[in-house]
Amino acid sequence: MASGHSVDAILEDCRALVEDPEFPAVHRWLEANPGGKVLGHFQVYFPEEIPHAAGMLPVKILGAGSAVQIRKADARIAAFVCSIIRSSLELALTGRLDFLSVFVTPPICDAARNACGVWVRNLPKVNCQMLYLPQNVTSPHAAAYLRDEYRRIAHVIEETTGRPIMEAALCRSIALFNENRRLLRELYRVKRETPWLLSAVEAYTLVRAGGVMPREEHNVLLRQVLELVPQRPGKRQDKIRVVFEGGYCEQPPADLLAVIQDACYIVDDDLLIGLRWLTEDVPTDGDPLANLARAYLDGSSYSPVQHDPRKPKPEMLLRRIREATAEAAIVAAPKMCEPGLEEQVNHIRALEKAGIPHLVMEFEEKMTVFEQMRMEVETFAESLLLDFA
Amino acid sequence: MAETKTPIGFIRNEGRRLMDRWWQEMTAADGAGRPTAYVFVMGSLDEILRVFDLPINCPEITSLQTAVRGRSLEYLQTAEGYGYSPDICGYVKADVGLQLKDRQHPNGTVPKPALAIATNMCNTYIKWAEIWEQMYHCPVFVLDLPAWRGGDVTPRVDGEAFRNDRRYVEGQLRDLIGLCERLTGRRFDIDRLREVMAEVNRMAAGYQAVLSLNRHRPAPFSAIREGIVFQGISNLYRGTPEGSRFFEGAAEELRERIHLGMGTLNEKYRLLLTGTTCYAALKRFAELFEEWGGVFVHSTYMVFAGGGFGSDFAYDVTRPIESLAETLLLSAWRGFSTPMFYAQDWLAETVREWSVDGICFHGVKSCRTTSTGLPDVREWLRTHFDIPGLFIQSDLVDPRMWSDAQLKNRIDAFIESLAGRRATGSHEAGIRRPSDANAAR
Repeated sequence: MASGHSVDAILEDCRALVEDPEFPAVHRWLEANPGGKVLGHFQVYFPEEIPHAAGMLPVKILGAGSAVQIRKADARIAAFVCSIIRSSLELALTGRLDFLSVFVTPPICDAARNACGVWVRNLPKVNCQMLYLPQNVTSPHAAAYLRDEYRRIAHVIEETTGRPIMEAALCRSIALFNENRRLLRELYRVKRETPWLLSAVEAYTLVRAGGVMPREEHNVLLRQVLELVPQRPGKRQDKIRVVFEGGYCEQPPADLLAVIQDACYIVDDDLLIGLRWLTEDVPTDGDPLANLARAYLDGSSYSPVQHDPRKPKPEMLLRRIREATAEAAIVAAPKMCEPGLEEQVNHIRALEKAGIPHLVMEFEEKMTVFEQMRMEVETFAESLLLDFA
Repeated sequence: MAETKTPIGFIRNEGRRLMDRWWQEMTAADGAGRPTAYVFVMGSLDEILRVFDLPINCPEITSLQTAVRGRSLEYLQTAEGYGYSPDICGYVKADVGLQLKDRQHPNGTVPKPALAIATNMCNTYIKWAEIWEQMYHCPVFVLDLPAWRGGDVTPRVDGEAFRNDRRYVEGQLRDLIGLCERLTGRRFDIDRLREVMAEVNRMAAGYQAVLSLNRHRPAPFSAIREGIVFQGISNLYRGTPEGSRFFEGAAEELRERIHLGMGTLNEKYRLLLTGTTCYAALKRFAELFEEWGGVFVHSTYMVFAGGGFGSDFAYDVTRPIESLAETLLLSAWRGFSTPMFYAQDWLAETVREWSVDGICFHGVKSCRTTSTGLPDVREWLRTHFDIPGLFIQSDLVDPRMWSDAQLKNRIDAFIESLAGRRATGSHEAGIRRPSDANAAR
């Protein structure tokens, strides 16, 4: 990626990458790696270290926002299904994902599970797989199961690339992704502590770029940004500090986030939480697949699509708010998203009980009109500012 | 032993008696403050719960009953008033409404949960169980049943991946047994488990016999009218002698109907239902087809919500826990998940075996598990097997989603198209074997 020498120039490049439904970074990688194979994976989390160790490029498939009009997918999937499922399929049916050799869907929700069947039927050239990530995460048997499930996926990848995944290569990939996660944590620290230097939309764009470009390049880019951000001009404003919750799967339009950040500082969020799912470094010694499995179960974030009695979601949200020293929350859910909408009720009850102001909203990746939402957010923020005055 | 002749009406009368008795037991359990397990129809684990004498509540059934009784809307609106979206599962909302109304159901009282068991066969199960976890602070046990992974629908039971799955499921079953011991203060009795599993085998055989009898022309039962009775009893009485006797008696009655030449109506078209029916308009749903002589001879619902009783379902009671794990997994692959997520071959085979004229794909707004990919499956069956399909939409329990005139219009047109096929004889020439289509892929 030809990044410039300023944060703004880097951001401009990233924005072009993430908004282009033709996946230009993937095509650049394929030009540089003739015969290279690409693995696509659907939300929320996938252990990208495994394809990376095989020399594949892992790519996050997370819909097309408003960049693509859904036509073909609508004839394949019922209308009452969320947008990300349909727009991801549209990308595939319109040939934009012809570079994929393998596509993996964790069955995070009932629509995603069905989508795998639709992909299998309609895309015979892609090896479509479901990866059953455990929902019984506290079972003493879950780690061994998940290690072997990762091994199964590794075999699929080995068959695709025609080369074995060596332990040493996997450990090197884990180290590379550890570094990426460390840099993303740092990015979030900067956003949390100095949101006037790095806005939520900017941070989001930088994170999202990691899903469509080689992670080595992403690490270079993040290091550059983190070095340059403190030099940016920026002045702290009197804004409410909020946490945005509800962006773990379908992504809200960047314009929606911009509307919120015009009125508030978004100091933490669960946007693309899958790229930040592992919260600690994964050990690089020992059995790498077992280490990845253990990290998924015990050293990970939370989302409505994982059941973990150790991490009750409403309490986790309250913790996120506390740790970000936020004053309020925006609890969003994508339209038609069963897990998100169900979780929203629990979140609202917990916030009410804790006396934390919150704004509830529903969004869709294809939204293009935000005036009504702008008014709601501004009213919410102003009422809090007056309340705190 | 003298042959007993089961009277016509056994299914209706005995089904009603058993259902009434179950409600009386639920209400009595609530009155006595007896702990109850909440379970779901796909992977209920009744086998283990019955060892500990834990009464079973099946909220999918209580939810659909609110609709059959014409009372679902008030429960849905109570849940929506509490904050649940119009766009989520109606079963969940009917149950939340029930819980918020002090568990008062039109049929009786539902006790509080002491334990909730959800499998990952439907992700909404897990979210639903989390609601009870929040409401009652009861333990939630999620049983992972890894199933269809893409590609071939038949697992290689001698393969490494299946062995891994089996180890995991078996380990989880042992975890659940430990949890039940702690909850009830009772020791696990493996011989009692063997007895219950043997009873489940007996019920499975009866259930299969019942299903198979509908291959007969005319079909002796409607898969959506009497099918609902079979669903209820197979889930609420799984592993009990009463449940097994019911299906044996039901099979006898159906044989008697066949002997007498009785069909459910003047059968002209044999239909297969994919997904579920609309319980808020159950009678009307059936009528719209029956007016034309259309009878539902089978449904995917009778498979995935029917206890996983595939044709080869049988526990090996000499190694109960291992066999329970293995059979649950096979049920998950073939019975629970395949008819929903990768259904085309299963449907095509059923069309042939049950001599079906057409398939009704009922998309249910409430249920993405059963409905998301239906338009695609319908198109696949049309193009690869020349099987006619009708795609209509309403809901499980929400009467607001029922549009009578619109549905009638589409159903009328569909039946007319079946009549046209019959007139030209293309219905016989068209349907190909799944293996032919697979070879062509």
